[in-house]
Amino acid sequence: MNVPADLKYTTSHEWVRTEADGTITVGITEFAQDALGDIVFVDLPKVGTALEAGKDCAVVESVKAAGDIYAPVTGEVVAINEELADAPESINADAFAAWLFKLKPSNIADVDALMNAEAYAKNIA
Amino acid sequence: MTQTATSLKATPLNAAHRAAGAKMVDFGGWDMPVNYGSQIEEHHAVRTDCGMFDVSHMCVVDLQGENVRSFLRGLVANNVDKLQVAGKALYSCMLKPEGTVIDDLIVYFFSENWFRLVVNAGTAEKDIAWMNARNAETNSGLTITQRRDGANAFALVAVQGPNARAKAWEVLPETKAASAEIKPFNAVIVADTSFGEVMVARTGYTGEDGFEIAVSADRVTEFWNALVAAGVKPAGLGARDTLRLEAGMNLYGQDMDETVNPLDAGLAWTIDLVSERDFVGKQALQTQGQNAQFLGLILREKGGILRAHQKVVCAQGEGEITSGTFSPTMQQAIALARLPMGVSVGDTVHVVIRDKQLAASVVKLPFVRNGKILAV
Repeated sequence: MNVPADLKYTTSHEWVRTEADGTITVGITEFAQDALGDIVFVDLPKVGTALEAGKDCAVVESVKAAGDIYAPVTGEVVAINEELADAPESINADAFAAWLFKLKPSNIADVDALMNAEAYAKNIA
Repeated sequence: MTQTATSLKATPLNAAHRAAGAKMVDFGGWDMPVNYGSQIEEHHAVRTDCGMFDVSHMCVVDLQGENVRSFLRGLVANNVDKLQVAGKALYSCMLKPEGTVIDDLIVYFFSENWFRLVVNAGTAEKDIAWMNARNAETNSGLTITQRRDGANAFALVAVQGPNARAKAWEVLPETKAASAEIKPFNAVIVADTSFGEVMVARTGYTGEDGFEIAVSADRVTEFWNALVAAGVKPAGLGARDTLRLEAGMNLYGQDMDETVNPLDAGLAWTIDLVSERDFVGKQALQTQGQNAQFLGLILREKGGILRAHQKVVCAQGEGEITSGTFSPTMQQAIALARLPMGVSVGDTVHVVIRDKQLAASVVKLPFVRNGKILAV
């Protein structure tokens, strides 16, 4: 299963990409979308919401189940992927392109503590 | 991904599912395909063309003996005296004395000495134990034979969709003459086909036309492969669930079980309280009456998908969703719900989803039948 080397990961199957402007982009992994099946609804936090690391902050629902999304680190929501409202299935098509939201972490060093690709690949093996 | 298949039961088609790349799940102790890629595509294949399901985890039970009809008169809540022509089938519940549901099943009549039941997978053992106990208690002297394991085991394949019968006849041309004649809820047994003796029943769990076909377990893989070659799309339990939900059909263990009165689960049409006949659970149902309604819901606001166990807030009190999903045909969240008496079709109610209360309309079931959306 695809696990891009340049991303960080959580045990709850979110991926995290650090951007040049110091924000992070968050999505769900290939493994997570495959486990959920056909995705039909995404509920995202509002821009400006303060998120706490490890707390549920969004929901991705497939035909068969609802999956909670957890904030990978503490921070503030600075953008959400509005396109998912009308095209939630784009997560199935490419989980690493169809991001959910962008965060400004309170402490960017928190991102370093997340799993790297190698550790995550072992985690889902 | 970890495989936990070692302790699970498998149907004779297990290897065929795995070879086709199915995602396998533990379904009540059975290692079953939930989809072969996309549940939604499989769903649409059944609504618009033809799909097939391995339902060999369900259990065929043959009841034989002189007293089989009178035994069934007492055993099941629907009236087996509706079965007078060989091959006719009847959907019924089997109830506990307290009026709750042991299982829902189909009874087929073949002769006065031979009726056949098809019961649910997870309930088969308790069903047979219950029937054996009743057989002894009533001195009926029946022979009760399960046909799921061992010698003479059947595998069951449901071929469903507007083109299902035509596709099935391509593979089983010997059955066409007999099975083209039968109306829905009838079956024929054809002895000499290229896959041995088969039972072809015009039944299903999708709201589409089609057949449920019982074939010898040791011939089923070649039968399945022949259907694939004829263009029938394998579909998993995921699509089976969205199809039956759109069709407004109950699922045992979810919409009703041993704690639920069938009158509250939309099954009054299967309970014969009119004839003089006594059956297990009758007295309890007459005493309790109906205390809830079983209706459909369509979610009218964005904010989630309807799911089992969500609370429904109505003017008359609270109800509960028993099955919910996203309907691939309607492109809306839909549900089956147990609602207070007094709620009417057309009412707006509110479903509690996480921290929200979202508006939903109450509709008559089914949502979809024969490819057409009926509930709007």
